Amino acid sequence: MITPLLKGLWVTFKHFVSKPITVQYPKARVGSFDRYRGLQAIRRNPDGSIKCVACGLCEAVCPALAIKIEIGEHEGRRYPITYMLDGYRCIYCGLCEDVCPVNAIYLTKEYENVRYTKEELMLDKNTLLKRGEMVK
Amino acid sequence: MIVFLLVKIIVIFALVMLVVAYLTLLERKVLAHMQIRLGPMFAGWHGILQPIADGLKLFFKEDIITKEADKLFYFLSPALSIVPTIMIFAVIPFGDETTLWGLLKEPVKLSITELNIGLLYVFAMGGLSTYGVVFGGWSQNNKYALLGGVRAAAQLISYEVAFTLSVFGVVLLAGSLNLVDIVNKQKDMWYIVYQPIGFLLFLIASVAELKRTPFDLPEAESELVAGFHADYSSMKFAMFFMAEYASIIVCSCMGTVLFLGGWHGPSFLPPFVWYMLKVFVLMYIIIWLRATYPRLRYDQLMKFGWKVMIPLGFVNIFATAIVLILV
Repeated sequence: MITPLLKGLWVTFKHFVSKPITVQYPKARVGSFDRYRGLQAIRRNPDGSIKCVACGLCEAVCPALAIKIEIGEHEGRRYPITYMLDGYRCIYCGLCEDVCPVNAIYLTKEYENVRYTKEELMLDKNTLLKRGEMVK
Repeated sequence: MIVFLLVKIIVIFALVMLVVAYLTLLERKVLAHMQIRLGPMFAGWHGILQPIADGLKLFFKEDIITKEADKLFYFLSPALSIVPTIMIFAVIPFGDETTLWGLLKEPVKLSITELNIGLLYVFAMGGLSTYGVVFGGWSQNNKYALLGGVRAAAQLISYEVAFTLSVFGVVLLAGSLNLVDIVNKQKDMWYIVYQPIGFLLFLIASVAELKRTPFDLPEAESELVAGFHADYSSMKFAMFFMAEYASIIVCSCMGTVLFLGGWHGPSFLPPFVWYMLKVFVLMYIIIWLRATYPRLRYDQLMKFGWKVMIPLGFVNIFATAIVLILV
């Protein structure tokens, strides 16, 4: 009757002297894993222009209907006039990255997608490009 | 002389309130580390300012009084639970005599008063503080609080008996109810050596008296919301909590005085440090028990109290008395 009680005390004492496993989140981060799919970004060409050719495949494949593209044409080359990705609708499935023929859109490992207002997660062309710059 | 008394009262009251505040932090930290967490980390270095933040928060919270509450007892019971608990500190000795390193001409006793029935006074006041909990639970007209109050009444009354029986061996050995006398009799050997069962009973009964896990049925969170203080908020709630933590200090001090030789110890540390060390070890043990054991069922609690604790207490007194006659 006494032994299990003492065993319990020993277990708690052992944990008392062991190192806590808490990560103090805003100060320290665990980070995301290699295959994590987070917020999207769009790559640029070496000359700084957008890599996206506005084929519309990502818009078509997106199961959550999160992507809206307005297609424009400049010197015989298609480009997106507006590229709107709704970060709240997006389910981060990664199909847009799979389907993109020019490897323009891709999912980064960015996992902190909490914003104060809804508008802040409406990712337009500039935001996506900027993140693309930052990551790669 | 009256000035000395006032200074002593103020110093001890301030010290007790400080320890009460930091005991909450100690408890949170120890519990956290036993669950491999860190506990409060943001208010100051390792959460050192957390008690102050908590206190400020409780001061500025809205004081909600429900319509159904019995106003008189609702207002009375927080005071009724904290005042007797703090009054116990009037007789608890914190050390022998001191001149504050030669600062004073005459040595000053390190307790507010020295009652010759000090132990009886402690139990009387401890018994009084039960009323705060029972009235508090009843006055809110809330079924959870009422259940908590009823449980508190049953539990505290049954364990009060075991609590008192557990220290009888010490009284027999010391032949005195004066706490300073009891400590001075332990100069050569602590009473825990002669009274191991008594100490164990004292520890268990005091945890039950403190309404803490594994005996926390009056405030069982998972079944009674918050038990007897379910409808209390703001400073009234804080007063219940201060009473609870002050009684932890009382129980630790009593355990130190009665069983662990008070301020006596090897001379490489000053007596007051020895005293505080023992008190904090007992506090740690009480928190440790909370981290380890689950709550008892109500029938188990009653069975344990009446069928194990009280008979053991009587056997302990009987054995002590026989040994004292024979030796």
